[in-house]
Amino acid sequence: MENIVLHVNDVHKSFAGLHALSDIDLSIREDETHAIIGPNGAGKSTLLNVCIGRLKPDSGSVVFDGVTLTGKKPHEINQLGVARVFQTPEVFPDLTAIDNVMVPALAKRDGAFKMSLFKRLSREKDLRVEAERVLEDLGMADQMQQVASEMSRGNKRRLELAMSLIQKPRLLLLDEPTAGMARHDTNATIDLLQKIKAGGITTVIIEHDMHVVFSLADRISVLAGGRIIAQGTPDEIKDNPKVKEAYLGEEQV
Amino acid sequence: MNQGSLFKDLMLFLVFAGVVLAAPVLLAPLGANYPDLLQKFAIFGIFAIGFNILFGLTGYLSFGHAAFLGVGSYASVWVFKLLSMNVIPAVIFSVIVSGLFAFLIGFVSLRRSGIYFSILTLAFAQMSYNLAYSVLTPITNGETGLQIRQLAPSDRAADYVLNLRDEDLRILDQAFGVVEHGIPITNLFGIKMSGYPGFYFCAVLLILAFGLSILIARSNFGMMLKAIKSNQNRLSYTGINTRPYLIAAFVISGMFAGLSGSLLAVTDPLAGAERMQWTASGEVVLMTILGGAGTLVGPVLGATLIKFFENIFSAINDNVLQGVYSFLPDGLREAAVAVSGLFVGSGWHLTLGLLFMIIVIFLPGGLMQGFELITGRFKRKAKAETPSQQSKQPAE
Ligand SMILES: Nc1ncnc2c1ncn2[C@@H]1O[C@H](COP(=O)(O)OP(=O)(O)OP(=O)(O)O)[C@@H](O)[C@H]1O
Ligand SMILES: [Mg+2]
Repeated sequence: MENIVLHVNDVHKSFAGLHALSDIDLSIREDETHAIIGPNGAGKSTLLNVCIGRLKPDSGSVVFDGVTLTGKKPHEINQLGVARVFQTPEVFPDLTAIDNVMVPALAKRDGAFKMSLFKRLSREKDLRVEAERVLEDLGMADQMQQVASEMSRGNKRRLELAMSLIQKPRLLLLDEPTAGMARHDTNATIDLLQKIKAGGITTVIIEHDMHVVFSLADRISVLAGGRIIAQGTPDEIKDNPKVKEAYLGEEQV
Repeated sequence: MNQGSLFKDLMLFLVFAGVVLAAPVLLAPLGANYPDLLQKFAIFGIFAIGFNILFGLTGYLSFGHAAFLGVGSYASVWVFKLLSMNVIPAVIFSVIVSGLFAFLIGFVSLRRSGIYFSILTLAFAQMSYNLAYSVLTPITNGETGLQIRQLAPSDRAADYVLNLRDEDLRILDQAFGVVEHGIPITNLFGIKMSGYPGFYFCAVLLILAFGLSILIARSNFGMMLKAIKSNQNRLSYTGINTRPYLIAAFVISGMFAGLSGSLLAVTDPLAGAERMQWTASGEVVLMTILGGAGTLVGPVLGATLIKFFENIFSAINDNVLQGVYSFLPDGLREAAVAVSGLFVGSGWHLTLGLLFMIIVIFLPGGLMQGFELITGRFKRKAKAETPSQQSKQPAE
């Protein structure tokens, strides 16, 4: 049997009577790129929020690499090797791009807390070189000293991706990494994600853009109304009538 | 590099040290070069630097920092009473005690953020203030304030009851055979800590505090504090446990406050509860914002300015005003004096409030932002005027 990195076991989550997630069982295999698709409000982001400790499930559990994540604090979950890119870009708006990447780099190297009062950040040559390389890989060589709040939405997204990649996570969770991007940028992002995939990072990607999904995914889970209604390889999903009805249908009018 | 190169930081530090040490000369034209005032500049400069480590870097606005100032003062006076008039033990003890006290208050207050954090710190400080007046009178000597007194008689009768509030022991000084006549003055290994020597002692500590704040701002630790200010939530999803960072920043800034409280006692060995009142906590907020929160020099600048204007405005009374307006006819003069009188003397806080409003509305980044605007304009002008020189430079 293949190695399972992430187990979502029978997770339920409701908001004031609204069943955002019901009976969710999901297994993410080592090194796969697993796409989660579904209409707006299906519960996709909620599922990721449960995984990274932003939300507590009402019942059920999430197990990563044999460790139960449910009930753990967000920083503990990240320290275990789970990194997340948010649907609306979450960066450090007052910091430069390079500092935005240095912070997670330090978190990865020094752990959740280290009292390094007198260690000059500018002396962290090794980390800086690494951070610069990640930013260059993402095509942000010219923006390194730019303050994040002054960046376009697309660049913020790329920056957030850089913040995750510098940590070399065991599991990368991406929430609509191409939303709001122009076709050209979307294609660049696909190339990039393909590179990441080749590098062997297990990835869960939420995406509305089917071009992106079918270029990257090894397997797809379809979420609708808080339930997983179908799961399989891209080809299986393409031909699944339930999926067509719930999701693809509305796009292919 | 935006982070500030080592060379630039070193220059900033040296210039700062130079200016502080030369302050008695530099401030002479303003008439602000007498030791009492200079001491205040330095002491409140340290207070504001410490406050800025918390507020400027993390964005957590404490409204209770005067509590640590007060604790520092009390701790120092007790060391003067019990151990020695030498300032070194007093300063060290004050910094430690206020650090512990800050840990307790920070540990609880930092469970919340934003306005709730501010209110918690305010509540704790007011609690300390009230306790100092009531339950803690044996330690604080209540409204009279804690003072240095003469030594208790060494040839006490057996039934003599020692009252530590009104008589001192100074065990260390006695052990070293220091002879006292009346109430002694604080000293640094024999150098009296009043007048200019007192100022220079505070000045050296101000310079050290400033250097420390540069190191902290440029450190890995400082970067985490800035990230907390920028987006604390994101930081926890980045693998950082923000709470110990915040507690550490809170304790450090509490220790700076304790140091300034100690220096207040060093230069004037008396500790009263009014030092812990919310107005004192508010003052350091004003100093920091006025000068420029999050900048290195701003807080010291703000502290100096506020103490300078306080000194000028609070000294003006109605008689002075009568003189100023003597050219006006009688009725008008009385009116002018009455209106101006609101802003001077004990009403100086009204002036401070107005000054603060003007700064926050027109220069939300404080005076440092003002300087940046001005120098930025000059630089742009200089660039525009000397394009040929600019293009030559790379060839050299
Ligand atoms: N914190 C919350 N409080 C209340 N309701 C919430 C919360 N988060 C999500 N919801 C609701 O739960 C449902 C699922 O939301 P979720 O964000 O997971 O959808 P999604 O599949 O990510 O949608 P989209 O494609 O628009 O991003 C929605 O109806 C949403 O309004
Ligand atoms: Mg979503």
